[in-house]
Amino acid sequence: MAKARPKDPDDLTYEQAFGELQEVVTRLESGDLDLEESMSLFERGQVLANRCTMLLEQAELRLRQLVPDEGAGYVEEDLEFDE
Amino acid sequence: MSQLSFLRLGDHTWSVADLTRYLRQMLEGDYRLQDVWVTGEVSNLSRPASGHIYFTIKDAEASLKCVMWKTDALRHPGLPREGEALEVHGHIGLYEIAGQYQLYADRMRPAGEGQLFQAFLRLKAQLESEGLFRPDRKRPLPDWPQRIGIVTSPAAAALRDVVHVLRRRFPLAEVVLAPTAVQGDEAPQGIVSALASLNRHVRPDVILLVRGGGSLEDLAAFNDETVARAVAASEAPVVSGVGHETDFTIVDFVADLRAPTPSAAAEIATPDRFELTEAIAGLRRRQGRALGQALMEARGDIAALRSTLRTLSPRAVVANARQRLDDLHGRGLRAMRARLRLRREATAGLRQTLRAVGPEAVLARGYAIVRLADSGAVVKSTRQAKSGDRLEIRVHDGSFPATTGEK
Repeated sequence: MAKARPKDPDDLTYEQAFGELQEVVTRLESGDLDLEESMSLFERGQVLANRCTMLLEQAELRLRQLVPDEGAGYVEEDLEFDE
Repeated sequence: MSQLSFLRLGDHTWSVADLTRYLRQMLEGDYRLQDVWVTGEVSNLSRPASGHIYFTIKDAEASLKCVMWKTDALRHPGLPREGEALEVHGHIGLYEIAGQYQLYADRMRPAGEGQLFQAFLRLKAQLESEGLFRPDRKRPLPDWPQRIGIVTSPAAAALRDVVHVLRRRFPLAEVVLAPTAVQGDEAPQGIVSALASLNRHVRPDVILLVRGGGSLEDLAAFNDETVARAVAASEAPVVSGVGHETDFTIVDFVADLRAPTPSAAAEIATPDRFELTEAIAGLRRRQGRALGQALMEARGDIAALRSTLRTLSPRAVVANARQRLDDLHGRGLRAMRARLRLRREATAGLRQTLRAVGPEAVLARGYAIVRLADSGAVVKSTRQAKSGDRLEIRVHDGSFPATTGEK
């Protein structure tokens, strides 16, 4: 049952953080945990939820385009795009 | 002779009007001429204030006068244009005043569109028979596409619309444009390689294949067989967003999901930021409740354990022992008291007996007890008392001193 050491939330993508948050909540709701586990899971959940919120608020759409390249076939380049 | 024969040729001389009317009836009586499509190039276009349109269509060998009345003309904005190749539908009639047969047009379209449409229907039937449109081929879109590929022209309004929607709804995504022409001869090959390069180099979670609306000819690349097959073969699911809502293309049928416009394609492919915020809030509430529940149960457990503990603790044992001791003590005390009372009663009885048989009673009858004052010994014999010995004489109501006289 021992899980790998939890990742630093700052390294998590939104999808990872949200996915883990869902797991945390499901486990918390299963109710077969001792109190200490519950408390630390809850804290982890708070951290994950904060991470999700933060990512969502700060996100800026990353825009790139594929450009033909002699070596690799194609490379990605930033795409300047003002609306 | 020549004059006679000339006269004899016609036993009837037509008026121009009669002949013209006859010709008109002939033309209008031929059903084949009442429902025709004619193709040619537009010339001598005239649009008088009446709103009717007069023009000629011609090819290398012949020309045909055409007229389209205002009510039909209004249904064909932008058509016809001088020099444009058109397909025109209508019936052949005769304008008697001018002695002019002409095409009374009710519909027109750019030349080639009819063929394009036939080709469209053939290709659609072909791909459908191969099962490329089957619902079970459609792949579900990911809830949260992290990488979104876009295939369109970098100059197109469609790209601006898509980026606008993605910025607003789902700025977490990474968007990679595979630029290509979406119109013209090179468009099909361009779209095919854009799809391939995205799938190979970017591996997006979803691809948006978009362009703005246009005529059937403008959308030709989206009805191209190679493009349709490339969409079907794409590793990433493809959302098509081609043209305005009424336009359907082959790509729309093959795509995993068809959106009516480029903006709609971007919306269909992404979750809304507001929904995500709500989802997080929901999970926060659930985990708060779960922890609250856990705490409540833990408190319940503690209370139960505490009461169990209370009965098992040393203090409880001591208290028990103490109580038992108290019990025993009480019982002992009661027993002792009872015994004492008995004894006291017995003693009182004895005391009476004693009193009855004891010296008091004898003294009361007049006897006295004589003791030597020094030793306290009772004088029972004359030998015990010498002359001058101090004595104590006890009678029934007290004692008094005395001295032995001269013997």
